[in-house]
Amino acid sequence: MPTYSAELPRRAAARPFAVWKTGLLAAAGWLAFALYSSEAPNAIRDWPYTRELANLSLANAALLALIALLPGPTARLAERLRPAGPWLLALPLLLGLWQLATAKLGLLPVPFFAPPQALLEVYAEDWPRLAESLLHSFWLLANGVLLGSVFGFVAGVSIGWSQRIGYWLHPVLRILGPVPSTALLPICFFIFPSSWGASVFLIALATWFPVTVLTWSGVASVDRAYYDVARTLGASERFLIFRVAIPAALPHVFVGLFMGLGASFSVLVVAEMMGVKAGLGWYLQWAQGWAAYANMYAALLVMALLCSGLITALFLIRDRVLSWQKGAVKW
Amino acid sequence: MVSASLKTAAPARGLHLEVKNLSHAFDLGKTSLPVLNQVDLSLQPGESVALLGPSGCGKSTLLRLVAGLEAPLSGQILVDGQPVGAPDPSRILVFQDPTLYPWRTVWDNVALGLQARGLINSQRERVDAALAKVGLGEFRDAYPRQLSGGMAQRAALARALVNEPRLLLLDEPLGKLDSLTRIAMQGELIRLWQQQRYSSLLVTHDVEEALLLSDRVLVFSNRPARILAELKVERDYPRHRDDPHLVELRQQALELLGLGSSW
Repeated sequence: MPTYSAELPRRAAARPFAVWKTGLLAAAGWLAFALYSSEAPNAIRDWPYTRELANLSLANAALLALIALLPGPTARLAERLRPAGPWLLALPLLLGLWQLATAKLGLLPVPFFAPPQALLEVYAEDWPRLAESLLHSFWLLANGVLLGSVFGFVAGVSIGWSQRIGYWLHPVLRILGPVPSTALLPICFFIFPSSWGASVFLIALATWFPVTVLTWSGVASVDRAYYDVARTLGASERFLIFRVAIPAALPHVFVGLFMGLGASFSVLVVAEMMGVKAGLGWYLQWAQGWAAYANMYAALLVMALLCSGLITALFLIRDRVLSWQKGAVKW
Repeated sequence: MVSASLKTAAPARGLHLEVKNLSHAFDLGKTSLPVLNQVDLSLQPGESVALLGPSGCGKSTLLRLVAGLEAPLSGQILVDGQPVGAPDPSRILVFQDPTLYPWRTVWDNVALGLQARGLINSQRERVDAALAKVGLGEFRDAYPRQLSGGMAQRAALARALVNEPRLLLLDEPLGKLDSLTRIAMQGELIRLWQQQRYSSLLVTHDVEEALLLSDRVLVFSNRPARILAELKVERDYPRHRDDPHLVELRQQALELLGLGSSW
């Protein structure tokens, strides 16, 4: 959920040490989850890695308790973790519900729903394949998004600036842009020499459209007075493009990049499910084919982290580049 | 024609401006809206002239034409005898809005003109000097959103003055400031003009401001604007608001603008 960057009042630097109560509660939550996972009887069968899951949770509980109780350097860590406190408490409770519904009571049908320890098993045993899939996905995405962003940015600035370029590019944008890239997938697999190349092209296309449209609208909406100021000070056209139009349009460009990145994720997964023989999408498809549902959940989680990580990275870059703005939505 | 203040000050490096029979109209698609009607005016080097008239009468358009931002429909604009073409940093327009670039710090905003002409790396100290001149030295690293209205307009002035213009075109530069800041800035404008000796063309709809800041005041009619009268202000700077001469001229100006009875 987006929050606004109106900064919270800074806490006084020299504050007397106090025990972090929410932290202690969270530690108790993790301890309870550990005990429930390992000690409560299982409904259908005993799952491997239950012991390991319990140990991990115990470690979590111990760590949280130490951070909450000890003064000194860990107190500073507690201060930083404090805002996350309620979530640190909610997590073991939610995991407990999951444990209850799957392994302990068998409320959710096996094998479609796996308990948390099954995911742990996947990460422990199948990590080489998962890591390789992650790298493949990342590399494919990086190529496509980079190409799409660069071409989209250049196209957007050109359309916004030059009527002649706009005349030729605009219809292409109107016709090709709104078509879901995934609809072009079969054709592209046919035209391109490799399915990898086809996927890069489609991811680039999906990114290109919003980046182009928003860059264009950004350049088009620049206050005319900004140009007047620069022109009366003796600016060349080159200066007007690179020092006035582009910096003024950057907030729009970042919205375009955000939307383009979002669109690229779905193209990535579909491309990997349909033609590319690697990557997280392929892993999902493969896991489903073997009815390895735990693997699917594990891969989905990795994918969620990848996508969220990339968006976070984009927002970090944006916050640096657009630091002159105030009140921008923080991710 | 040379005003009293000029006799004592440094030699003028302002330019000579001559506007001959200038007419202009806005293109509104099917029709055109005439805004300037056969305007003639001249500005001696280092002179300060105010254009006074009802809002929307076409004074600002006159400044845009002199700056070279637009081409006139007919008539001539001569600067030191040469017709005006493209915009040139020797004639700088200061707008009613400061129009600082929000993505640049105050320093970088003031540096804009020198950067556009490729001079910034060799003449950085000129930016510092301009900031000091308008009293914004301490705000060099601030962003425009952190400035008050008066400070922003001062930064806009520094952005113009750093280029050492020979003609400063001021388009209601104090129009959006509160009245106290306005009074302070009027003093500042006189001081800067006296220091730098540029020619100055000030558009305003504030009668008192016109009389305080200029050697001559040209009163414009409603759109399409033509010059109704010329008022000479025969006083040294800085002037006093309640000077009987200024009060009398104010009365005359208001009558010319059709507001005589309301004063």
